[in-house]
Amino acid sequence: MRRFTLIAVPYLWLLALFLVPFLIVLKISLSDYALSIPPYAPTLDFSAGWQGIKDLMSKLDFENYVFLTEDALYWKAYLSSLKIALISTVLTLLVGYPIAYGMARAAPEWRPTLLMLVILPFWTSFLIRVYAWMGILASEGVLYQFLSFLGIVDEPLKILSTNTAVYIGIVYTYLPFMILPIYAALEKMDDSLIEAAEDLGCSRMSAFWLITIPLSKSGIIAGCFLVFIPTIGEFVIPSLLGGSDTLMIGKVLWEEFFSNRDWPVASAVAIILLLILVIPIVLFQRNQQLQREAEG
Amino acid sequence: MKTKLMTMTAVTALVAGVAGAEEVRVYNWSDYIDESLLEKFEAETGLTLVYDVFDSNEVLETKMLAGGSGYDVVVPTGSFLQRQIAAGAFQKLDASKLPNKGNLWSVIEERTAQYDPANEYSINYMWGTTGIGVNVGKVQEILGEDAPIGSLDLIFNPANMEKLAECGVHFLDAPTEVIPAYIGEDPDSKDADVIEKAKPVLQAVRPYVAKFHSSEYINALANGEICVAFGWSGDVLQARDRAAEAENGVEIAYNAPSEGALMWFDQMAIPVDAPNPEGAHKFLNFIMDAENMAAASNYVYYANGNKASQEFLIEDVIGDTAIYPDEATLENLYTFSPYDPRLQRTVTRMWTEIKSGV
Repeated sequence: MRRFTLIAVPYLWLLALFLVPFLIVLKISLSDYALSIPPYAPTLDFSAGWQGIKDLMSKLDFENYVFLTEDALYWKAYLSSLKIALISTVLTLLVGYPIAYGMARAAPEWRPTLLMLVILPFWTSFLIRVYAWMGILASEGVLYQFLSFLGIVDEPLKILSTNTAVYIGIVYTYLPFMILPIYAALEKMDDSLIEAAEDLGCSRMSAFWLITIPLSKSGIIAGCFLVFIPTIGEFVIPSLLGGSDTLMIGKVLWEEFFSNRDWPVASAVAIILLLILVIPIVLFQRNQQLQREAEG
Repeated sequence: MKTKLMTMTAVTALVAGVAGAEEVRVYNWSDYIDESLLEKFEAETGLTLVYDVFDSNEVLETKMLAGGSGYDVVVPTGSFLQRQIAAGAFQKLDASKLPNKGNLWSVIEERTAQYDPANEYSINYMWGTTGIGVNVGKVQEILGEDAPIGSLDLIFNPANMEKLAECGVHFLDAPTEVIPAYIGEDPDSKDADVIEKAKPVLQAVRPYVAKFHSSEYINALANGEICVAFGWSGDVLQARDRAAEAENGVEIAYNAPSEGALMWFDQMAIPVDAPNPEGAHKFLNFIMDAENMAAASNYVYYANGNKASQEFLIEDVIGDTAIYPDEATLENLYTFSPYDPRLQRTVTRMWTEIKSGV
């Protein structure tokens, strides 16, 4: 009995927070637009009981998915989101790894402070921090003032409302999610392995490539997924920092939902996005499992 | 289990209490009221006012169509109101609870009847035009003294826009406001082929538009970050005042385009599922009070649909033809009715194509 309860809890969690919302969205994606509250038809009539469910089922179709394949906008938006997510993940890794490495190499009494500094930005609302970037990157914003004070630039900056600003925003926002897992992996590493490698004739550089990187692999993979997955569907950063030509699926979803008021098509877009994300998530799970087996 | 049930009951009671009779929840456009009026309403009625803001009709409409928004008073624009009435989103107003309704201006009521026949679901809050806000100094510096600041030629002629791009141009991110502006034929046309004619015109100037956004241009104009905005009359005039207050040397002017301008009406209505319709009526009646309505207009620089309020309006508002147009301009204004869903999709798609090139 106790064992059953133990297993039931996570499954109930999954059922309530993943499966039920998923089924609701799936159902809407198979419905049709209607001018009513809510703005789609058919809706489930509970009072009609089983017959109501049967009626509902007979009216659902895949029309909205077919529609998505007919317009280039959608696959272009998916591709563009994938591209932005991939580039941001690589950039975040390039910035995050040295920071995590530095933290793990720092004197042990300093580490809690450094860790604190990485987490500290979370104390301010994410939205406010993105707005702050608007002030920094604006054509005559803080960054421009600073650079022109140093005499580096003399023309107003053209960063805000471009994809560059989106990359800066994403790298800044998701950096802690990259640093923390890598730091966790590096901190566990045994220093004597590096010493051994150097004793055996490795240069510092090759010891880093042959020992440190492979041992922090799990942290790198975890960090990359934590950055990549939320970035694909990102809406706030591209809409605040990006230009009108920044094409991301989050914005397309918003337009389907708000401008067209077409919840069924919006739901179909969301379901496809989910399917795209399921692939890396499954890979991630697999990796975690392999790692556990290797450790166990 | 029992404790859980008790907690749930407590939470339900709490939620019910919050949304109960003591509160009125109003959802209005951003920068759209003199906030001292909110305190005055609370003081006069003893009700607690929760005041939230939005900056696009689309966001409001989605909340209305989802149902259960929890708001008692919302402020959609006419063409959106019409569709939301059709969807059954609003309740009819109870005229017996609105003694100030006699203050309304029949000239405006006649026009709003296009969206809300007999005006039984809504009252007019503000109305205005969609036009061009310019930083006069910068635009004249770039295009010369005779820059066409009162004409659509300023923003739809690529030759002008190419030069203006260096000082910054914003457009409203509202396809139903921008696309009709340059159809050339009937702006209220519901013919897809006619609407399609706006596309090449907008695409030609698209490279020179820094941003499509429906509220950022107020501050951007005021602090000199941009020099031209295609936006709403009162918002541009607010930018003018913010710049004057800041004494930053920026001089802003608003013009309804001489070729014709869109005239729109923001209507206050009560959602069908409003938790406190009683309080909502009190709020509408409070707003329709001549002095209150005048205070709001004097603050936001939009004309209102309240005849009695006009004697309390400052000269800057009632005497400004950008706000209260003279007869000649009034004739040049057109109104807009909603697209059907299929056409709406075509227009949204076209808008995305114009903005992002895809």
